[in-house]
Amino acid sequence: MSTLANPIPSTAGAAAVTVNSGKRHYGTHIFLTVMAIMWLIPLGWSLFTALRPKADTDKYGYFSLGGTFNFDNFITAWTQGGFSKYLLNSVIITVPAVLLTLFFASMMAFAVSRVSWKFNVTLLIMFTAGNLLPPQVLAAPLFEMFKHVTLPYSFSDSGNLLNTYISVIAVDTAFQIGFCTFVLSNYMKALSSDLTEAALVDGAGIWRQYWNIILPLCRPALAALGTLEVIFIYNDFFWPLLFIQSGNRLPITTAINNLQGEFLSNYNLLAAGATITVIPTLIIYLVLQRQFVAGLTLGSSKG
Amino acid sequence: MSTTAEKPAAPDSEPGAAGRTTAGKSQPGTDRRTGKAGRVRRLTRRDKIVLAVMVGVPTLIQLLLVWLPTLFSIALSFTRWNGLDLKDIKAAGTDNYRYVVQDYPPFWPAIQHNVLWLVFLALIATPLGLLLAVLLDQKIRGSKIYQSIFFTPVMLSLALIGIIWQLFYNRDSGLLNYLLGTAGTPQAVDWFGNSNVNIWAAMVAATWRHAGYVMILYLAGLKGVDPSLREAASIDGANAAQTFFRIVFPAMRPVNIVIVVITIIESLRAFDIVYVINRGTNGLELISALVIQNLVGEGQVIGVGSSLAVILLVISLIPIVFYLIRTFGKESKA
Repeated sequence: MSTLANPIPSTAGAAAVTVNSGKRHYGTHIFLTVMAIMWLIPLGWSLFTALRPKADTDKYGYFSLGGTFNFDNFITAWTQGGFSKYLLNSVIITVPAVLLTLFFASMMAFAVSRVSWKFNVTLLIMFTAGNLLPPQVLAAPLFEMFKHVTLPYSFSDSGNLLNTYISVIAVDTAFQIGFCTFVLSNYMKALSSDLTEAALVDGAGIWRQYWNIILPLCRPALAALGTLEVIFIYNDFFWPLLFIQSGNRLPITTAINNLQGEFLSNYNLLAAGATITVIPTLIIYLVLQRQFVAGLTLGSSKG
Repeated sequence: MSTTAEKPAAPDSEPGAAGRTTAGKSQPGTDRRTGKAGRVRRLTRRDKIVLAVMVGVPTLIQLLLVWLPTLFSIALSFTRWNGLDLKDIKAAGTDNYRYVVQDYPPFWPAIQHNVLWLVFLALIATPLGLLLAVLLDQKIRGSKIYQSIFFTPVMLSLALIGIIWQLFYNRDSGLLNYLLGTAGTPQAVDWFGNSNVNIWAAMVAATWRHAGYVMILYLAGLKGVDPSLREAASIDGANAAQTFFRIVFPAMRPVNIVIVVITIIESLRAFDIVYVINRGTNGLELISALVIQNLVGEGQVIGVGSSLAVILLVISLIPIVFYLIRTFGKESKA
């Protein structure tokens, strides 16, 4: 295991040495440049369309440089299209879901990796497998279960768990715990047993071993997983689609699908909406790229 | 004390014997290195309660929201139900399965599309990602910039990718038809609307994301390959291709397994993008989309939807079990 010792084997050292890179790589560079341009076209086209007012594209055509470029479509999408609200909904769902996932997963991982118990592997298999199931397999029962949980109307205007943020948070958490438990348990297994033994001598109970000793040491793994989970849950399309009926409670990833119908002929506005949806992930990518990549490769490097 | 080091106390099954006799008298330093990594020697009553909560709460969440619904799906697939009153659930034997396989028109197209999706990811997207990783693993200038570009789509949801590519593929306003010179002419193709081509268009969009994902995993894998293996191969006179296919690629076995599993599972989960395009109809039928169509449609045929869900489950279990055996097989032996 010991993957996090060198968290980002991938991106770090690659560009460093440029010995004998001259002539031999021309073909490679041409290929990579062509691919990179192709890779950027879809996003670039969205941004280009989003920056042009609808009137100008109608006048000059979509494939022209005529007319002005401004942020009007973004402002319209943000205020009238409801994107400010959708983004807030995404935050309301993502933040608790990620924190709960990491909290529960780290407890579970601690128990299965630091305490010897005969059901450790069984539990770990159950958690890992649960994360790999296609969500559609659970859709009908979860929907019916939530529909039949009666809640006071003061708490939920549907009288049940449907159409609440809690339903999405709960299922996102349950689904992601598996993956995080798997990764964290591998990480914790690699920590030396001396650490907790010293604490044991001091009479520290299980909780203190977990909270004061092991968890702080897992900070790199938690940071990587946290970043990854923010992206995963922000990007989750399916659970809000299933559970939330009122359009104004949808998180941004699911809401943009509805806007496809609303903005039917206004591709400029749709492009602005898509670009707004991309921006938070892009910011996280730019700021926390290391963490994100480390999180992705963490799960795969166990051999 | 040495006995407790060999045989760690278990939280539940074995409360006394090893742990309690030496409780409170353990000496630091004398036997630190005898135990295996990460074993707690003795547990008080309080510790056991704490542990029970730490294990119990996540396990309960997992059982209640993942595994119980899975069992319910299986149970519901043998019933007939409109989804309204629990009392209306009627046993239906295997009728739903018979209906799906024999009489439900989109079923076999959906199976074909799922298989096609898998083949496309496996033969185009995954090798492309591997190729990018191998090229970028060389010491070439700008490697980090290339990596960032190829990796960007991995950050996006498949739903959003559907929207972005919709803008690119659109018949009248999309860039692709303009680049092909067909925009505005009768030959212009509606890439997501035409049922002859839309599955291919969707798979290309999915490749945009999948290849970057594979690339980043393989870049990590390539960095993990012992350089002395390559040196030894080149001393033995192996050329670059031989070194890669005979030495480097097999050495990345753990990553290869993960990539195989991810590729299969992604092809089964390709729900978001087809749902965004047209809810998985008209040439874009996939099993996962059919499940949802049957659950939310006018008829609300929960039994039929559940039988489709179970078919999806059974297919998914193949890569899942394969992965679990690979991952945990070693551990249970050790």
